[in-house]
Amino acid sequence: MDSLFAIKVENLNYHYPDGKEALRNINFEVREGDSIALMGPNGAGKTTLFLHLNGLLTGDSGNIIIFGNRIDGKKSISEIRRRIGIVFQNPDDQLFCPTVFDDVAFGPLNHSLPPQEIRKRVKESLDAVGLSDFEDRLSHHLSFGEKKRVSLATILSMRPDIVLLDEPSSNLDPRSRRKMIETIRNLKATKIIATHDLKMALELCERGIIMDEGRIVADGVLEDIFKDEALLYAHGLEIP
Amino acid sequence: MSFNSSYIDEYSDIDSIINRRDPRIKIMVFFLFILSIVSTRPELFLVFGLYAILIFALILLSKIPLEFIIKRSLIVIPFVLMIAVFIPFIKKGEIAGGHSFGNIRLTVTYDGLMVFWNVMIKSYLSILCMITLMASTKLTDFLKALERLKFPKLIVMLISFTYRYIFVFQDEFQRMSRARKSRSAGKKRWLNFRTIANMVGVLFIRAYERGEAVYLAMCSRGFDGSIKTMHKLSLTKSDIYFFSIFIVILAFIRIIGTWTVYLL
Repeated sequence: MDSLFAIKVENLNYHYPDGKEALRNINFEVREGDSIALMGPNGAGKTTLFLHLNGLLTGDSGNIIIFGNRIDGKKSISEIRRRIGIVFQNPDDQLFCPTVFDDVAFGPLNHSLPPQEIRKRVKESLDAVGLSDFEDRLSHHLSFGEKKRVSLATILSMRPDIVLLDEPSSNLDPRSRRKMIETIRNLKATKIIATHDLKMALELCERGIIMDEGRIVADGVLEDIFKDEALLYAHGLEIP
Repeated sequence: MSFNSSYIDEYSDIDSIINRRDPRIKIMVFFLFILSIVSTRPELFLVFGLYAILIFALILLSKIPLEFIIKRSLIVIPFVLMIAVFIPFIKKGEIAGGHSFGNIRLTVTYDGLMVFWNVMIKSYLSILCMITLMASTKLTDFLKALERLKFPKLIVMLISFTYRYIFVFQDEFQRMSRARKSRSAGKKRWLNFRTIANMVGVLFIRAYERGEAVYLAMCSRGFDGSIKTMHKLSLTKSDIYFFSIFIVILAFIRIIGTWTVYLL
């Protein structure tokens, strides 16, 4: 019964155009409502995996099944991208419109929602990240922490069922980091958080996955993983 | 973090009759104004005087410091000057004057001077128009207005990306150049040029990579190649009045122009 899972990945393999192997035999399932920390050293393949989960990259072999629908070709891709949102690490990549409003409205516009609904969603998403009334601000005038939270809002406005967050707390000062953590905690969606911030992972996630060199090397209850010191050190992590 | 970035729409937040106008009206007004300027015969000095009064009146109404607009115009005008300055020497006709440098004799003709005046006055007045338009309008409103006026969406999008990322790249270049300065102690100047060339190269590569990252972010939010936009502009009565009054003034100036031709 595939439809029980929000995400099911089977035997996914991928290599970059230059021949370097990026993902090797990835298998895992995510249940609806799960909150998962995806950890591992730089270059382990975390971001590459994310790009596969909403069809931006397609693997060499293997299956990805989202809510019972296999990602293949162009047919279901628009619906899948509405249901799975990726918040990229660098907010300057995510925010490409002149004003905050345009950026948050970009997703809903592409999914052809009526204007009234779009305005409502923009407001709702900005409220959710604690940046009410930021609609007319210019993206290049925002602070880094604000940019990170607007990036999250641009995904929330599509009301996704699954949110993939790539390093949501990186480069944030403690106060902005705290705000970010609280915002993520309040999200109803299924979450996968790629991070090096293991303390944050402990606060937000029950389950952890460690990747290294394109493989999943550990998958289980986060607290158990953190007890295995040898495992953590072997993959460039430290006990929080 | 950006240092010393000056914004093209720095004065767009001040409250004035011009700034409050709907950007579509402003674009049309200034477009018609420029059209009128370039289509006026160069010998109608009086008409150009009236145009100048009109543009300065608009600047006054916009409450933008005149100094700011003049400064901006001085950045553009050298380019025009560079092209136009040779015309009086090349154009054939009745000779107005000349000077010999050894065996080379340079002569200036009346016709040439007229063409020079024609190019200079028209371009300068048009530049003043453009600067006033851009300085009194938020760039985001300007882009929305272009869209509503059926400007090609792709071009509007290109301008919007440029506006968004020019500051990002400016910051990036400043960071690189600070990092370079902190490592180089009194190198020779030509070596500096070489490192600057390298930096420009790196900047190009980064721009390319950022382009790919932005495209991924767009696709993941459902972008499929077609550009969709929302409108929130609305015309008011005073926009219509402003437009009508302006057209009447412009028509009046044109009539004076044809009239003087008739009298001459």
